[in-house]
Amino acid sequence: MSGPLPKGTYKLPLQVDEDFYFILLSYRVCVQPVVEAPSLTRGLLTCIPPASCTGSPESALRPCIEVSGVSAATAREGRERDCSGTGTSALSLFSEAVMATYQEFIQQNEDRDGVRFSWNLWPSSRLEATRLVVPVSCLFTPLKERPDLPPVQYEPVQCSRANCKAVLNPLCQVDFRAKIWACNFCFQRNPFPPSYAGISDVNQPAELMPQFSTIEYIVQRGPQAPLIFLYVVDTCLEEEDLQALRESLQMSLSLLPPDALVGLITFGRMVQVHELSCEGIAKSYVFRGTKEFTAKQIQEMLGLMRPVNQAVQGRPPATEAPISCRFLQPVHKVDMNLTDLLGELQRDPWPVPQGKRPLRSTGIALSIAVGLLEGTYPNTGARVMLFTGGPPTQGPGMVVGDELKIPIRSWHDISKDNARHLKKATKYYEALANRSAVNGHCIDIYACALDQTGLLEMKCCSNLTGGHIVMGDSFNTSLFKQTFQRVFSKDYNGEFRMAFGGTMEVKTSRELKVSGAIGPCVSLNAKGPCVSESEMGIGGTSQWKVCGLSPSTTLAMYFEVVNQHNAPIPQGGRGAIQFITHYQHSNTQRRIRVTTVARNWADAQSQIQHIETSFDQEASAVLMARLGVFRAESEEGPDVLRWLDRQLIRLCQKFGQFNKDDPSSFRLSESLSLYPQFMFHLRRSPFLQVFNNSPDESSYYRHHFVRQDLTQSLIMIQPILYSYSFYGPPEPVLLDSSSILPDRILLMDTFFQLVIFHGETIAQWRKAGYQDMAEEILQTRHPMPRYIDTEHGGSQARFLLSKVNPSQTHNNLYSWGQETGAPILTDDVSLQVFMDHLKKLAVSSAT
Amino acid sequence: MGHAPQSPPSPPAASPPMASSMGSMATAPPMGMGGAFSGPPPPGSAGFQQPPGPAGPHGFPPQQGPYGAPVAGPQPAFPGGFPGGAAQMAGPPQKKLDPDSIPSTTQVIEDDQAKRGGQAYTTNQRGQVPPLVTTDFVVQDQGNASPRFMRCTAYSFPCTADLAKQCQVPLATVITPFATIPKNEAPLYVVNHGEAGPLRCNRCKAYMCPYMQFIDGGRRYQCGFCSCVNEVPAFYFQHLDHMGRRVDMYERPELSLGSYEYIATLDYCRNNRPPSPPAYIFMIDVSYANIKSGLVKLLCEELKTLLDSLPREEGAESSAVRVGFVTYNKVLHFYNVKSALAQPQMMVVSDVAEMFVPLLDGFLVNFHESRSVINNLLDQIPDMFGDTNESETVFAPVIQAGMEALKAAECSGKLFIFHSSIPTAEAPGKLKNRDDKKLVNTDKEKTLFQTQQRIYDQLSKECVSGGCSVDLFLFPSQYIDVATMGEVPLHTGGSVYKYCNFQVEADGDNFLSDLRKDVEKPIGFDAIMRVRTSTGFRATDFFGAVYMNNTTDVEMAAVDCDKAVTVEFKHDDALSEEAGALIQCALLYTTICGQRRLRIHNLALNCSSQLADLYKSCETDALVNFFAKSAYRAMVTQPLKTVRDILVSQTAHMLACYRKNCASPSAVSQLILPDAMKVFPVYMNSLMKSPVLVGSVELSTDDRAFHRLLVMGMGVEETQALFYPRLIPLHNMDTAGEGVPTPVRCSEDRLSEGGLFLLENGRHLFLWLGQACPPDLIQSVFNVPSFAHVSCDGNSLPKLDNPHSERLWSIIDRIAVQRPHSMKLLVVKQKDKTEMPFRQHLVEDKGVHGGSSYMDFLCYVHREIRQLLT
Repeated sequence: MSGPLPKGTYKLPLQVDEDFYFILLSYRVCVQPVVEAPSLTRGLLTCIPPASCTGSPESALRPCIEVSGVSAATAREGRERDCSGTGTSALSLFSEAVMATYQEFIQQNEDRDGVRFSWNLWPSSRLEATRLVVPVSCLFTPLKERPDLPPVQYEPVQCSRANCKAVLNPLCQVDFRAKIWACNFCFQRNPFPPSYAGISDVNQPAELMPQFSTIEYIVQRGPQAPLIFLYVVDTCLEEEDLQALRESLQMSLSLLPPDALVGLITFGRMVQVHELSCEGIAKSYVFRGTKEFTAKQIQEMLGLMRPVNQAVQGRPPATEAPISCRFLQPVHKVDMNLTDLLGELQRDPWPVPQGKRPLRSTGIALSIAVGLLEGTYPNTGARVMLFTGGPPTQGPGMVVGDELKIPIRSWHDISKDNARHLKKATKYYEALANRSAVNGHCIDIYACALDQTGLLEMKCCSNLTGGHIVMGDSFNTSLFKQTFQRVFSKDYNGEFRMAFGGTMEVKTSRELKVSGAIGPCVSLNAKGPCVSESEMGIGGTSQWKVCGLSPSTTLAMYFEVVNQHNAPIPQGGRGAIQFITHYQHSNTQRRIRVTTVARNWADAQSQIQHIETSFDQEASAVLMARLGVFRAESEEGPDVLRWLDRQLIRLCQKFGQFNKDDPSSFRLSESLSLYPQFMFHLRRSPFLQVFNNSPDESSYYRHHFVRQDLTQSLIMIQPILYSYSFYGPPEPVLLDSSSILPDRILLMDTFFQLVIFHGETIAQWRKAGYQDMAEEILQTRHPMPRYIDTEHGGSQARFLLSKVNPSQTHNNLYSWGQETGAPILTDDVSLQVFMDHLKKLAVSSAT
Repeated sequence: MGHAPQSPPSPPAASPPMASSMGSMATAPPMGMGGAFSGPPPPGSAGFQQPPGPAGPHGFPPQQGPYGAPVAGPQPAFPGGFPGGAAQMAGPPQKKLDPDSIPSTTQVIEDDQAKRGGQAYTTNQRGQVPPLVTTDFVVQDQGNASPRFMRCTAYSFPCTADLAKQCQVPLATVITPFATIPKNEAPLYVVNHGEAGPLRCNRCKAYMCPYMQFIDGGRRYQCGFCSCVNEVPAFYFQHLDHMGRRVDMYERPELSLGSYEYIATLDYCRNNRPPSPPAYIFMIDVSYANIKSGLVKLLCEELKTLLDSLPREEGAESSAVRVGFVTYNKVLHFYNVKSALAQPQMMVVSDVAEMFVPLLDGFLVNFHESRSVINNLLDQIPDMFGDTNESETVFAPVIQAGMEALKAAECSGKLFIFHSSIPTAEAPGKLKNRDDKKLVNTDKEKTLFQTQQRIYDQLSKECVSGGCSVDLFLFPSQYIDVATMGEVPLHTGGSVYKYCNFQVEADGDNFLSDLRKDVEKPIGFDAIMRVRTSTGFRATDFFGAVYMNNTTDVEMAAVDCDKAVTVEFKHDDALSEEAGALIQCALLYTTICGQRRLRIHNLALNCSSQLADLYKSCETDALVNFFAKSAYRAMVTQPLKTVRDILVSQTAHMLACYRKNCASPSAVSQLILPDAMKVFPVYMNSLMKSPVLVGSVELSTDDRAFHRLLVMGMGVEETQALFYPRLIPLHNMDTAGEGVPTPVRCSEDRLSEGGLFLLENGRHLFLWLGQACPPDLIQSVFNVPSFAHVSCDGNSLPKLDNPHSERLWSIIDRIAVQRPHSMKLLVVKQKDKTEMPFRQHLVEDKGVHGGSSYMDFLCYVHREIRQLLT
């Protein structure tokens, strides 16, 4: 990489990995079906006809369906609910369920329970499980939107064994006569509580019905706590930006639930905590932006300490109204007041000398926000929303000094250990995030600036608490405005798509232990019988805290099969996992959602075919990607890539069909056919490649990658490319440089960006109404993607060019003698080269 | 405890001398200005033994009061009186001295008023002695600074250091750089040399003044201070006339006047940038005490109108001074009162450990622009804190906040702090109650007047360097540690006001009047004063409300019309009689509208190798000012007893030296005083009896510390009044008269049962009512039928529509105008318990809390003199 690049081209760095050798081989024969299949995009993958499911005997499938509660009846009922308006007969649905392929089975499971497992048949011993390369793991969306799931209004029934406490579920054996149920995790026999006296096999509570493998309880626990929104606003902004932010914030007041509590902290050189209750004079408490206080000091200074004499005099402390009310007020009460306050919000008045950055005390502002909530509303759903327009420049948590001549750290600086403030700042924000997480408060970061804002250091605030990170160029962009508005979007019930203070607990049956989770969560350090000793992601616990949850928040859960090889599982044995998610609903109700899933065990020696067929390559790709991203946070980039490659090679060795040392004989079955391609794109993705991304951007991308659901994650790994031409309806096309044709308009969705690319000759057709194409994605996604409209040779075309498979580069353009497609100026390997090499390694007898 | 005297020196006082042997008293004959010493006084001209009568041409006519003998009779002896003093004197009644025969201050004042009052005093001569401060005169500046600006202890300096040492008369000048100039005198001229800036001697940096001698046809000039010959810059060249004077001499103030101002160039400004106009910050303690007393409400109400009369430059439409507001208790509340706001904004700073200013824009505003917001704020403050129960306060962080605010705004200014109680909240500068009456009269007594916390010294330093002056209004109900709290005001040219047990009805008017005067008074900021002298002597010590970073530069965060600096000089070398002694005081400051200026005061003094010349030219009032300040400064480092002893011994020394060198030989028993210093002993006695120096458990430590702070910044006029109050008889006043009636000597003897007296010392105002005062007078003054009906509490003196009352009030008003502070009028009834504080001020009598009577002191000093002479 040296010298000026040709305009409008994007050159990727030459990535030479020692595991791969550049040997060009004809790849078309075996990979072509994979590459050319229309199923390159996630949207189409599920449309593969069921008949194409090979080698999946009914015998393997059926017990599995029954076990996991999707019996034919259940499926029917579910479908009936879904399709009740369509008049489809129950019979046809029944038969369809029987005919169900793994694809459908996976889809149904995801729709009902929000769970996608890497393997849908589990190897029955530890040894076999490790040989499968991809661990038994799942993507779990705890609050998956279930319009069809009415919550029940009573407490869940728990197993009475102290270290089990699993919740009664459809998999439990019930003796209706004796009114006894057996826990399917610890086999404890429990009597039903008195309220279940009327139970019988015709009169079952909902949690015993198979379709309620996911069930939600509304419980009455403690006083109803209001939702809290604490705005933490940077005032070191340009006037235009500040104006836009002011308007967005004022607008947001109308979106908040009327009885939600709202607070305002502004910061620049100083930090101001605004009192909202006072009439007449606008009152605020001011803190120096350079001095850190303990939570106790902050509460003292804000006058939030409860009078100490109460305890001294031995009187029972009177139930007093929370004294915090001065800073956190119900929206309906302070609406006008706060609107005025925001309207009068001025830019930080302290002069900024030339050659300096404004002094921004983000660290202290956050610490005060956290301290304020900690003291007043611990364990109550609260959102700290940080709006910042630049990096913290003073005090603890400072990311860069105020001297403009010293630029903010880059990946280069970090690799050279040249980022002065990085470690200290990261440590500072991590401590804050952990404090916040302990109290169940989540922190959002809305960072809008052209330069970096220190997301790398601050990301943990959101990552550990389940908050959002939004990165934009300016508050005065629709990207920020609409994304922010979408935070307050409502679901079909008119309730906010956010939940607070969640804890997620995992119970496993004996053969299984949980190794860890990757997602926007922190460990609650709950040791228990189902906690594995080997850790993957955030492990060593069976409970995690997820302070902020949305219906799309998805955690990757990794498990370990602990059953010994010589202890076979009885025929028809099932492994079960129960997820118990406690959370505060946005309507302030306390709820518990319980999801119980089960999968069949299979002996990997005799039933390896079946296990292979049960492989969910989409989920696996995402699960492995999450592991890779998780490693990338702490390890060197090349190490992570090498690890990923090795895993891929091992997988191919395990499941590929080939003759030793004959790469051309290599075949992969359909259930694995897309997997290498996902890995190829993952290797090039910004989650693992930091080149050409700032540390902030990397953090931003990774943040979203570890929390989005499977569909979105896949888009992030392998963007979707649609082609619009005059020859037919829009069609998905290969994410390949060969798709770039002069007479096409391409629409690429990378999750973060929407790129509209005009082919070379399409310029005169520009008014073709392409906005409509992107409109739908723009409307629904959070955060809103960056909308990029470019054309052939345009500078922004790099967004597309960097994503497509460089099948044609300046190196091989003429050798193919084709006129289609556009060459990419890169030394990156193409998918073809990648695949060739993979095959060579997989079939190699050397490993 | 009474005045602790020197224990009698061992040999001579074995037997107390008989009163008769105390000797007779004489004063030097009158001396004309600049006239030669006219020989010894006629012996026995004013002896004690002689019946009262004319005692020489300037003797002391008896005070023929129409009211009989002193009521109290012989004063009881008090412990620790001077040996050979009252106890012995009072013993043999046949030896009773006539109090009228000892020098009378009122008489001296009256005589000076008669002789020089109403006349013009032209300052064209070197070393002329100005009229007394009490005398009404008009100054014509003809080359020397008006005595209002500079008043010296002596106008003829001894030529050599030996002489100076021998006589022990302090050589000092009291400089009041911003003294108010009466309407009938010309204001200071302002000289503007534009870019070139003021003209200064190359060597000693003295400014161009009348003492510069132009030579060489006007091309060069010789500095009068260091004799350096300087080139005259081209723009300044002017020809000389036949007398060797520049022809434009009378067109240029700097060549013909004693006092004038220069416009300073950027070189004289901080950071070489023109200064911003100063700012006033009002910092109000809103803790429980101040809310409950009603002070906050009163103050906020007053500020609304008061801010209209902020000081402004002559002719300016409105004041350039910006204002800011802070309230505080345990935490500080800053207010954003920017004119653009609909409502003021309050910003609370709880981090008192490390104070900072939370806002920049909108804190200091122009009152006229932000009037509505400020009024809104002032309306709300009393309500906002109306139900407070916060009783703890901080103090040092408050000053720091104000200082930081001014620093941030890059301007100088003044803080007005309205504080109620000793700062006990956890913060820097937290004070503990250390008032320990057991320490009184011990060697540790001085610690009561020292600063409790080092942070206040540090703050003073920072305030001065930032041009931040602090005015402190205290409203204590108990011990508040004035000594510590007054530290910063003292060193930043600020004032301290104290209203004990403040009540709106009783003290509100006084407070508001003080506040108004304080806000309105002419003032300069961020000042540096330098006193230059001609060769042979130099300024060595500076006393006053100033801060000294080095030995020569007097720094004052602000200097107003009442602040005076007393400067002491010492010889370096011999002075010549021809050249005299020249003093130039240059004060660099920022005006109220933000202009940097230099104010120059020049004064030329005579030099003489004859001590008689020195004694002739002494100025008693300035001497007292010097002694008061030096004693009050010494008392924080030395035991009070030592300080008092030094005062007495120096008094005796000065007088003994006169007797030895200047008076003609006469009987040793005769006390001979120099004419110019004949009332000096009464002042010195009064100084030693002042609450600061008299150790008594009955006096509150705060009052003493407060008194001390006051005196440190005082000018001559104020110290004169303080140490010799005016006792004005009112029962026989001429209702048609004008002005203040002639006072009588400040002694109980002068009171009469049937009388009505007003006593005034610039700080206190008493109306003393004799038991036998005629009922019709009582009726017309108090509007009650008899003595018994007169009440002493609060405002019992009504304004009535009759000649007596009107006359009384016109006198009170006239006095009030003369004094920089408002005085609370206290009505005192004879033989009432309220009489005690009044009696404290009868300085010729024995002190209530100790201290000898004038006569006893005189006798004692006389004895000391005799010992020195033998």
